[in-house]
Amino acid sequence: MSVISVQTDPENLTLTLVAEFAAKKERVWQVWEDPRQLERWWGPPTWPATFVRHEFVEGGDCRYYMSGPDGEKARGWWKILSVNQPDGFEFQDGFAGDDGEPSGFLGTTTCVVKLEEQDGKTRMTSVSSFESAEQLEEMIKMGMEEGMREAAGQIDAILAETSVR
Amino acid sequence: MCEAAVIYNQMVVHVLSELEIDRIFQAMADATRRDIIKQAMLREQSVSDLAKRYDMSFAAVQKHVAVLERASLITKERRGREQIVHGNPESLRRAARLLEAYEGIWRQRVGRIGDILSDGLEGAKP
Repeated sequence: MSVISVQTDPENLTLTLVAEFAAKKERVWQVWEDPRQLERWWGPPTWPATFVRHEFVEGGDCRYYMSGPDGEKARGWWKILSVNQPDGFEFQDGFAGDDGEPSGFLGTTTCVVKLEEQDGKTRMTSVSSFESAEQLEEMIKMGMEEGMREAAGQIDAILAETSVR
Repeated sequence: MCEAAVIYNQMVVHVLSELEIDRIFQAMADATRRDIIKQAMLREQSVSDLAKRYDMSFAAVQKHVAVLERASLITKERRGREQIVHGNPESLRRAARLLEAYEGIWRQRVGRIGDILSDGLEGAKP
């Protein structure tokens, strides 16, 4: 797997990322559709995600939280806008309050994901569009921090597993 | 990779204040203001010269200039009777860096997806 290209557009606040995986697109679809697989990669090792609701169908609602190193919880939600299995889907991502429901805080991010298969490999294109810089900054705080060092450890752990599912 | 994380960290926590960032992006959310930035980057010029480029009143252009100035995207100085506008490339670079930090998150995610795919490839059926 590898990141093929990344394009950022500071004026329109969008990030376009193209990655390629050595798997069929039905398989790549599963890492989004199956909440247990999604939890293994959506959040960084220091802020792992737990999806308590995951309706991966058009109009479906998802609720998740990310658990921080000091026990704090950052809650979020998705609204699945469209699903075209296994070619792509579109969803909104936003912040939720302590009750887990959308809080309206900082608006929503829209993410469009497209999967294309060629010669048994799948190209995944994701386009994230932000409403404001403040929102983008908050996402960065939750998704990033010193996680990179620990990511190496988590990857080792996953690789050490002989069979997962 | 670790170094990159530290840089992103410092960037987000220390270099960028939320208010500052928000002003930058609000300022850039308008086509006329984006064009004013471009013009000011190309060469310094007076607000009245800028006003001639757009189909709007001098006062309207002056308002746009004020929004850009508050976001530190341009600087303005009085020279005689003229107000001269310069571009401020540093602020634009900050906006770009913020998106780069988000790019880092996605790069990590891609790495983790790759790991899941490679270790779960056998018999990976829903």
